[in-house]
Amino acid sequence: MNPESEHIEITITSRFENIELVQVIAEHICECAGLDDDGSHWVGMAVREGVANAIKHGNRLDTRKRVFTTFDVKNSNLAIHIRDEGDGFDPEQVADPLSPINIMKTSGRGIFYMKTFMDEVDFSFPDGRGTELVMRKNLAGRNGADATD
Amino acid sequence: MKTTSRTVEGVEILSLQGKITIGSGDVQLRDLIAQCLNDGKTNILLDMSGVSTIDSSGIGELVGSFTTVTNRGGRLKLLHLPGKVSDLLQVTQLITVFEVHENEAAAVASFK
Repeated sequence: MNPESEHIEITITSRFENIELVQVIAEHICECAGLDDDGSHWVGMAVREGVANAIKHGNRLDTRKRVFTTFDVKNSNLAIHIRDEGDGFDPEQVADPLSPINIMKTSGRGIFYMKTFMDEVDFSFPDGRGTELVMRKNLAGRNGADATD
Repeated sequence: MKTTSRTVEGVEILSLQGKITIGSGDVQLRDLIAQCLNDGKTNILLDMSGVSTIDSSGIGELVGSFTTVTNRGGRLKLLHLPGKVSDLLQVTQLITVFEVHENEAAAVASFK
């Protein structure tokens, strides 16, 4: 793998057991690009949460629907696109998991973790093409120690 | 996820090993806690040292387990929290919810 410029795509069906495959690829890309083990782990964690949301909330566990993930590395910048084939959602309606009324809820932390571990997290909703999640991370000179600061 | 259990001085110690992630381990944990409560075991210590991976679903199940046990008049505490699990609890401020121990004997004694 060329750590300076690389494009990798993976398409999976909507099964939870496929999540780890995408996570492992994410971690491998980060390691090849020079991120340390902890940093790579947290990027993999963000990818896990994104793919899990695409399967569960986007494709609603419909195994006929797929999740498309692309990884692009250029000049130590990693861009990850995760797209499902669902009906989309309103990001404004996502509750804050740190709010006292939400802290004991059993769900609703996935996007928060993505935002914690990545530099940028955005959602878009291309007409009729489900939800597209874009996450970005600058891999240069970063390590895992600051991931949870 | 694999689990083993033993009882020490009235405290049910559940050792969790492997993944607590969506579709793998999360529902298992819920069922495990329900079984303990059905058996009248309400003082529960989760030994997390063997947990290799946890995600937001797994964290959610820990929260749900805590609430379920508390609502039944019991107590659920954590033992040997791996660093990355601790990090996930820290950033979501859940670390303040759980009582975490590093020593089993002290953890068991804390239930008295």
